[in-house]
Amino acid sequence: MAQETLSGWVRKLQAREISSRELTQLYLDRIERLDPQLNSFITVTAEQALAQADAADARLAKGEQSPLLGVPVAQKDIFCTEGVRTSCGSRMLDPFVSPYNATVVERMNAAGAVMLGKTNMDEFAMGSSNETSFYGPVRNPWDTERVPGGSSGGSAAAVGARLVPGATGTDTGGSIRQPAAFCGITGLKPTYGRVSRYGMIAFASSLDQGGPMAATAEDCGRMLNAMAGFDERDSTSVERPAEDFTAGLEQDLKGLRIGLPTEFFGEAGLDERVRGVIDAAIEVLKGRGAEVREVGLPNSHLSVPAYYVVAPAECSSNLARFDGVRYGYRCENPEDLMDLYTRSRGEGFGDEVKRRIMVGTYVLSAGYYDAYYLKAQKVRRIIADDFCRAFEDVDVLLAPTTPELPFALGAKADPVSMYLSDIYTIAANLAGLPAMSLPAGEIDGLPVGLQLIGNYFDEARLLGVAHQYQQETDWHARVPAAFA
Amino acid sequence: MSVDTSEVRRIAHLSRLAMNDDQTRDFAGGLSDIFAFVEQLNGAAIEGVEPMAHPLDAEQRLRPDAVTEPDQREAYQAIAPAVEGGLYLVPRVIE
Repeated sequence: MAQETLSGWVRKLQAREISSRELTQLYLDRIERLDPQLNSFITVTAEQALAQADAADARLAKGEQSPLLGVPVAQKDIFCTEGVRTSCGSRMLDPFVSPYNATVVERMNAAGAVMLGKTNMDEFAMGSSNETSFYGPVRNPWDTERVPGGSSGGSAAAVGARLVPGATGTDTGGSIRQPAAFCGITGLKPTYGRVSRYGMIAFASSLDQGGPMAATAEDCGRMLNAMAGFDERDSTSVERPAEDFTAGLEQDLKGLRIGLPTEFFGEAGLDERVRGVIDAAIEVLKGRGAEVREVGLPNSHLSVPAYYVVAPAECSSNLARFDGVRYGYRCENPEDLMDLYTRSRGEGFGDEVKRRIMVGTYVLSAGYYDAYYLKAQKVRRIIADDFCRAFEDVDVLLAPTTPELPFALGAKADPVSMYLSDIYTIAANLAGLPAMSLPAGEIDGLPVGLQLIGNYFDEARLLGVAHQYQQETDWHARVPAAFA
Repeated sequence: MSVDTSEVRRIAHLSRLAMNDDQTRDFAGGLSDIFAFVEQLNGAAIEGVEPMAHPLDAEQRLRPDAVTEPDQREAYQAIAPAVEGGLYLVPRVIE
């Protein structure tokens, strides 16, 4: 039963083959039975979900056709949900029950989605393995000794194990795409500014972007239709007319120009077996009429170092709001105001968050701004310019999502080796481009992700290419045996 | 660049993060590795390049100077760690 896709369920709900209440109960039962193996949810909102399901059933009975009407979803615990704890994976926000909804939550509610709960994540979305969560690590449904990726690891693991048909994620340096690759699902980071950041707890504001995670490209397009759109409450929201992101799904690939960035294939760290999977996927796309050529992104090797200046700088500024005064964690018996601030923050944040706050504080401190932050912002532009030149000759770029297979819990103890897990994903965030990961193969029972990067606002085309690939292959339909 | 423990203490203070000596030592290693890693930026060809603050180089959108949000003082204070008489409580600042 749980093999059905989000889009499949929407059709069955519309045809009244199943009620939203039955469907919601089916997934709530799966979460109760199977999630103890994964730890993919921080909070399950069963009662509210069933109430939302009943409301959806009433709307369905009247013949309404909202895009997500009656279908269960999960929200990454970075999106504020009114009346429901919004922890961001941190002790700092463990006591925080949001007084308002994020725009994304508001829009998905309006589209009729039923929220089953809030998914686990790396603390404040800082991590690539979901090991930094205050609520414990999430495990990969394909091998529970391995990580699901991060930071949207709870959403990825939950969708991969079919504990929910679709979930939201956020992607600052790869946090939708890398866990999607590790858990064998499809995930899309839209163009910067497509999806409102209002009520999405800020990490690095010039990079953060919310997006959908589900089994298929069609599901992601359907979810994005509900999530995206101009929001005057987000100062960087882009003002563009509403778009149907499923419009390009049936577009054939004849004449599509695919670029292979040389730098994403030549790196020493690329696992040969991953490379083999990507090569096979390229052949599938060629078979459907796509043309493939090599392109250069000569500054892409500077992406990770530029990111680890820009993102911590913005993080240190954004996380200054957590002061132990207005909401969130407060230390016991503070001696004075400074003690209240420093101990509330010292006890409320985990090590990786503290590390990034300190890197950011340092690079923004007097005398260092030009040497680090300004330089990184200049590098950011030459990285973006490389993409603009590449898109003069090709329609989409194709690369591995990650250089390696999902790694074992605890395998990457030093920060820099963890950061390099996002070596192929970070450049798209720096440039603000849409990019997605889709399942393209398996090695030793572990999924491998294929990354597609598009030009600005070209999500519909990306989803179309992915959908055409998914017509020819069944990697997206595979579910780990323990969760089938 | 290598970061020593006194530098970590200075940054931790600027960041308002309480830290004991063991933690200070642990962070010195990780921070040194990160700063050594980002030194790769020194080789970049960025002569005359404009810094990029926003992916779409958008400008700040302005709105009319009008009240748009209702008063939600009670809802917001209900989630504060300590309030009294509509005020947020903190340790005494002035003796």
